[in-house]
Amino acid sequence: MNEILKYTLMIVIILFTLTTIAAWLIWLERRMLALWQDRYGPNRAGPFGLFIVVADTIKLFFKEDWIPPFAEKAVFVFAPAIVAAAVLLSFVVVPFAPDILVADLDIGLLFFLAMSSLGVYSIVLGGWASNNKYSLLGALRGASQMISYEVFMGLSLMGVVMLSGSFRLTDIVMAQKDFWFVVTQPVAFVLFLTAGIAETHRLPFDIPEAESELVAGFHSEYSGMKFGMFFIGEYLGIILISAMVVTIFFGGWLGPVLPPVVWFTLKTFVFIIFFILLRASLPRPRYDQLMEYGWKIILPIALLNLLVTGGFTLLKN
Amino acid sequence: MISLLRSIGLIFLHMFRKRETIQYPEEKVVLHPRWRGRIVLTRDPDGGERCVGCYLCAAACPVDCISLQATEDEHGRRYPAFFRINFSRCIFCGYCEEACPTYAIQLTPDFEMGEYNRQNLVYEKEDLLIDSQGKYPGYNYYKVAGLSAGVKGKGEGANEEPPVDIRSLIP
Ligand code: SF4
Ligand code: SF4
Repeated sequence: MNEILKYTLMIVIILFTLTTIAAWLIWLERRMLALWQDRYGPNRAGPFGLFIVVADTIKLFFKEDWIPPFAEKAVFVFAPAIVAAAVLLSFVVVPFAPDILVADLDIGLLFFLAMSSLGVYSIVLGGWASNNKYSLLGALRGASQMISYEVFMGLSLMGVVMLSGSFRLTDIVMAQKDFWFVVTQPVAFVLFLTAGIAETHRLPFDIPEAESELVAGFHSEYSGMKFGMFFIGEYLGIILISAMVVTIFFGGWLGPVLPPVVWFTLKTFVFIIFFILLRASLPRPRYDQLMEYGWKIILPIALLNLLVTGGFTLLKN
Repeated sequence: MISLLRSIGLIFLHMFRKRETIQYPEEKVVLHPRWRGRIVLTRDPDGGERCVGCYLCAAACPVDCISLQATEDEHGRRYPAFFRINFSRCIFCGYCEEACPTYAIQLTPDFEMGEYNRQNLVYEKEDLLIDSQGKYPGYNYYKVAGLSAGVKGKGEGANEEPPVDIRSLIP
């Protein structure tokens, strides 16, 4: 009984914290973008413009929640929920600290890969149900981007699994006691980060959205809070990928002096801000360039990395 | 690849640059003297209205937002009976100022004309007319015009000869 209560409480706290952070990330992103573009960004509502999030939310709630008459209604309504749900499910296995995690699955890494790729259903279904050419194009792009980048996202992590000898995320963190895996697996880190950006559809890889080509891509027809769900899902995705990068390559909660959660949060925020920096600085590649890049360059590198890591592990044994 | 890293680095360095934003309501924008903003009707140095109701500004206006009615006082001096500018249509192009032969209509450096009620953006003559000569101090149209309209007699204006007495033979 006590055990159940403890986990319920933990889930509620983690859920609440994550959604709150995801919401404030909108503010953080706008302020950081402004900083890098020599502007101020939102700075009027509340201290440092922090309340802009509240204002935005209220605005979204009062927008007309319109479902186009030509849309596939049930799927249209259902699709935005998937993205947030899938990302939140992945957080089940993220170890925020040794004692703050929901489930320490022994296939944690696989669970994360599976759940995070479920998110693409939201894009495909949303784009298809909108019954709009631009949305469908966005959805198609989302699907193919996901398929190609999912491949080496998994492959790049296999080196880490080889070194730590486990799919369990806590084991992976503990295996980094002496060296962070970014030292031993730098290539895998770069590949995973690239794939992670593609996974969250963030600039420069926001091909499914590509507002300069596809209006707003898969969510062209969405308005109000349904659009808000896509939005929150995207920010949750950023947190997830940053948290995973930290867990897998940067020693997770490990760090001197400060409590583990603080270390984890600090490291995660560094990567969140890096995500925003990427958005501020890089242009979007063309769609075919993205595909070519994925299959012809990154995939061979990921395989090579796997081979070399495997060879070294074999020699050491 | 290198160029991507370079641009990421360059953007990161922008963190330490000065911000360009002007925090508007607290910090005012520098408006230059020729800024084309709120339109005024000016007066000549003697306090008379400069506008002679020639309709040139209304004709020049590309959005047709000026409307006026000319009339005359007992000395034959023309002036507008009413003069109306609809600022919700005005595009502040300044063509009216260019068209005006008497420097009456002028654009001023002021853009803070926000209103809650659209109707309030229609300015009447009393809203437009100011007690100033604006950008052309010292200019009085009726002083240089050949016409006598209660400002000066015939031949008393600047650069003007007294009228020739056609009944006299004396040169
Ligand atoms: S500034 Fe241009 S638009 Fe405005 S009243 Fe004058 S001529 Fe018309
Ligand atoms: S403002 Fe100038 S152009 Fe317009 S009617 Fe008067 S004198 Fe003519």
